Amino acid sequence: MTVKEFKIKNITSARLFLPIVSLILVLIINMIKTPNFFNITIQNGVFYGYIIDVINRASELVILAVGMTLVVASSGGTDISVGAVCALAGAVACFILAGGEVSTDVYRAPYITAFIAAIFVGLLCGSFNAFLVAKMNIQPMVATLILFTAGRGMAQLVTNGQITYIRVESFKMLGNSIHGIPLPTPVFVALAVVLITLIILKKTALGLYIETVGINNKAARLVGLNPVYIQFIAYAFCGLLAGLAGMIVSSRVYSADANNAGLNIELDAILAVALGGNSLAGGKFSLLGSVIGAYTIQALTTTLYAMSVSADQLPVYKAIVVVIIVSLQSKEFIKIIRGFNLNKKKAEVAHER
Amino acid sequence: MKDKLKNIDNKTFLLYITILLFIIMYGIGIIMFGSKGFQKPQVFLNLFISNAGLIVIATGMTMVIISGGIDISVGSFVALTCMVLAYLMEKVKMNALSAIVLVIIIGLIFGLIQGILISYLNIQPFIVTLAGMFFARGMTAIISQEMISITNETFLSWANKKITIPLFGIVNKKGAVVYPYIYPTVIVALIILVLMFIMLRYTKFGRSVYAVGGNEQSALLLGLNVKKIKLQVYILNGLLCSIGGFLFCLNTCAGFVEQAKGFEMEAIAAAVIGGTLLTGGVGNVFGSLFGVLIKGTIEAFVSFQGTLSSWWTKIIIAAILAFFIILQSILAMSKRGKK
Amino acid sequence: MLLTPFEVIMDNLLKMRGICKNFPGVKALDNVDFNLNKGEIHALMGENGAGKSTLIKVLTGVEEFETGQIILEGKKSIINKSPKEAQENGISTVYQEVNLCPNISVAENLFLDREPRKFGLIDWQKMNRMSKELLDKLDIKIDVTKPTESYSIAIQQMIAIARAVDMSAKVLILDEPTSSLDEGEVEKLFLLMKKLKNDGIGIIFVTHFLEQVYAVCDKITVLRNGALVGEFEVNNLPRVQLVAKMMGKDFNDLENIKSESTQTTGKEVLLSTKSLGSNGNIKPFDLKLNKGEVIGITGLLGSGRSELVRAIYGADKTDTGQIVFKNKEVKITAPIDAMKLGMAYLPENRKDEGIIADLSVRENIIIAMQAKQGIFKLIPRKKQEEFVDKYIEILQIKTAGRETPIKQLSGGNQQKVILARWLLTNPELLILDEPTRGIDVGTKTEIQKLVLKLATEGMSVIFISSEIEEMIRTCQRMVVMRDKKKVGELKSDEISQNNIMSAIAGGE
Repeated sequence: MTVKEFKIKNITSARLFLPIVSLILVLIINMIKTPNFFNITIQNGVFYGYIIDVINRASELVILAVGMTLVVASSGGTDISVGAVCALAGAVACFILAGGEVSTDVYRAPYITAFIAAIFVGLLCGSFNAFLVAKMNIQPMVATLILFTAGRGMAQLVTNGQITYIRVESFKMLGNSIHGIPLPTPVFVALAVVLITLIILKKTALGLYIETVGINNKAARLVGLNPVYIQFIAYAFCGLLAGLAGMIVSSRVYSADANNAGLNIELDAILAVALGGNSLAGGKFSLLGSVIGAYTIQALTTTLYAMSVSADQLPVYKAIVVVIIVSLQSKEFIKIIRGFNLNKKKAEVAHER
Repeated sequence: MKDKLKNIDNKTFLLYITILLFIIMYGIGIIMFGSKGFQKPQVFLNLFISNAGLIVIATGMTMVIISGGIDISVGSFVALTCMVLAYLMEKVKMNALSAIVLVIIIGLIFGLIQGILISYLNIQPFIVTLAGMFFARGMTAIISQEMISITNETFLSWANKKITIPLFGIVNKKGAVVYPYIYPTVIVALIILVLMFIMLRYTKFGRSVYAVGGNEQSALLLGLNVKKIKLQVYILNGLLCSIGGFLFCLNTCAGFVEQAKGFEMEAIAAAVIGGTLLTGGVGNVFGSLFGVLIKGTIEAFVSFQGTLSSWWTKIIIAAILAFFIILQSILAMSKRGKK
Repeated sequence: MLLTPFEVIMDNLLKMRGICKNFPGVKALDNVDFNLNKGEIHALMGENGAGKSTLIKVLTGVEEFETGQIILEGKKSIINKSPKEAQENGISTVYQEVNLCPNISVAENLFLDREPRKFGLIDWQKMNRMSKELLDKLDIKIDVTKPTESYSIAIQQMIAIARAVDMSAKVLILDEPTSSLDEGEVEKLFLLMKKLKNDGIGIIFVTHFLEQVYAVCDKITVLRNGALVGEFEVNNLPRVQLVAKMMGKDFNDLENIKSESTQTTGKEVLLSTKSLGSNGNIKPFDLKLNKGEVIGITGLLGSGRSELVRAIYGADKTDTGQIVFKNKEVKITAPIDAMKLGMAYLPENRKDEGIIADLSVRENIIIAMQAKQGIFKLIPRKKQEEFVDKYIEILQIKTAGRETPIKQLSGGNQQKVILARWLLTNPELLILDEPTRGIDVGTKTEIQKLVLKLATEGMSVIFISSEIEEMIRTCQRMVVMRDKKKVGELKSDEISQNNIMSAIAGGE
């Protein structure tokens, strides 16, 4: 192996290589497609532009990707209920604020109550998943499939099958912007979630514990960890973040829409984790990778929208990307590729003789 | 008491619970909604009529779970099937038979691709079929975002062909005798159910599926080609999904994006409720039939009750699914504890 | 009976000649020969890492081999590429972990992939009848329609053997079939083996139980460290000699090596157990350990030596008995409890239970101390690095750096990392389960020296090893295990290879 090859290999195997390259790729495509992609204008003291829009719209996804990363790392499985939990949490919050009415112009209950309720609903859903996965040993996807389907049903029940509107200015703040601040609020919320999680991971041993459990459950127990606890924390935290994301989603449209809130976002969150260079089989993870992955996907989504692909058609492309990434991660695939190379080399050697 | 319980092995135990649950639920229905006609034979037959597609898909799901895998793309694939049928017949003006053949070919290809990814690239079935789920739903939207109603005469003549059963006739208000009826879909579904039962019970392939699901490593050492068997399972499942989708379409006679949402959970729930173990190796398609009937009964409850929202069906099924998988998990753990 | 040379050749069933097989960094098989005759039960013996299982794997096509020859029935040179191909060549294996599908019926397991059929469909009646006949022939009387998992491991093994026999196996390999059987079951298995032997089948019997070898086998081939030690007639090889051959060094030529250490043990009792036991894993045992004492637990693989320490450490569930640690009765339900008391456990299976493969050397070292401190008290990075550097230095761990993933290190260095992990927790009781297995000689001595040094500093050590010499050098007292039971103790003046081997061998 030459020195040059070695260096390239070093760069490509760096943790954030995949997410950063994908992000750059998507941004370049955007730049070509929409030349004013990076233009930012200021109207009424608020920034506008494609790039701002991407960063803003990606917020919920970033929040969910954080939770999903921990879930994947600790259990090698994914939580597919996050979108439904978003809808349910939003529905509960709006139900409380509207006092059961379909639409309201004033809060019927203090905002903070609704907010806490939403977070609590998320935490509860997360704990339910955690119980099934960590304690009852059920495959993560089957366990979370239950809420994936039932969550939206429960949201429908809460909102009585209708869209509950909260037409109060302060309700819109979380999902839009606060007067006098030039960037939309969700951007800050996402940033805060990422920062807080990073600080937790930096200041406590949680990250190390999660990786240990995800890599070798048996060894983790022998070095004194409790795998059940740790997986529980990951799933419960993921649920809590889904509750928070649900609040942002409802605030954006100042309503609870049980059918469409957080629709298909579970696929995006899983994709963000995979695109972030994390193995879906669990173990070592990079939170920043997932965050970059989330922004990449939002940029991709925006690009596809710009190419007049509609929201319900998007999953086709994302599903293809998921399959490509997991195929590349697959050991069998690597073996097959190596096999080709080996055969080629053998053939070359034979030829030279 | 304990000894008695021990004598019944787990699989029969779960199946008994299911059959008992169905009978009790149906009994409750008759008591509660007797005045509204719940006891009529037609109500019972309606369980089959409205769930013909699900029966076929649940048998496929049962086979996939027995082999140790899972498929959560089935709901979306049913939507895709309906949409393709509607599009081909209405927009391309293809004749009904060719459209169906084409849909079946699509099903086989879809199963083939998922099967290759799962068996030969060794990717978790969940991830593959999750991608498949979003892919199929998205493709449905790409074909048409608007609902397409089917007006093809051949197709509608199949859909509306009542087959009366000259038994249990009931005298209606006008004094005429009305016999209960079914649609051809029910017959197709039941034939497939029986065929799948025979396949799983009496063919080499069927038994291999059980062996692979029981212990992949052992199956390999006993001389089975595990990868090939898994691939075949997903291809066959693709076929069943397209047939199930076709039957489903005969009920709805339309294609639209939101169709058959949550169908994957209904199919998984039917299999699990019917005694199929999620860990693989154990299951029976007739159990899954009872799973489907339980789901149908819940639906009938909700519609007879009148004021409940249809979302209750999904929630109750999810709750029952949760109950059964926890039960399975406890049984599995106690078994491990014994050893 | 006199055999003419011609008949002797005719009787030869399987010949393996000069088999070599390398794993990265290890010579797993080094020029090994093996012979099997028709109607012979041939024991294949050796301790961990001796190469028994590799030899079996090479023979059955699970692994490829580099050089050598396998000759079947004196004429055909074969190379099996898969277990299936081996089966077709008449070589069948029955493993300790029975390879039957537990969920399907006995009859199906017997006829999987070759079911009798009528009109293309499986003829269940015929299959059940054939199964019954087959099992009847072998004196196995069970209901063939029940799921296989409803029968004991012993029966399952016999079913697997029946399948092999029915598939016209000429060579039958039994890989540790008796480890989970009780005496009666073993007896039945032996009857079956003798029956097959009379039918002319050659049986390769891999086991760790000496009595069993002497009960059924005709010949013994002993391997050690991947090389052939020799082939012996059972009648010409007394038990003690067999143990000596397996463990290395002919004990006749060997002077008793006295413990090199001169430390005296404190009288203070650190740990004592009272009829501690766990169902199916280990029978209740009493054990006492003083402060600063190094005790060895000896016995062959499967004798319960690992299970004993795992019960103490809380790695396996215990059902009976008590543990007294530093004069206080303690309850240990999970490893963390034991760690908090001051215990440390280096597990036997480094790859599955020791290393956390994708994590770095640093993380692998600090994880146990971190777990002990709790999630909120993260050890500052600087401190971690100090610790890690210190132990890389002390234990001379060869690694590219602190942040190298542990999976990239050699086996010996991985083991040192895990040792560092536990030393960092500053334990009062260090349990080492086969710490030197698969490790180069230099590292082995380093680890032994370290154990002695730690003991002089007051640490108590429980040491388990397959190599008796190593134990003699390090241990002051030996606990002898056999058949999942503690069968005796040897005081320091009784410790000699001779004594240990006879104690392990039992009987005679």
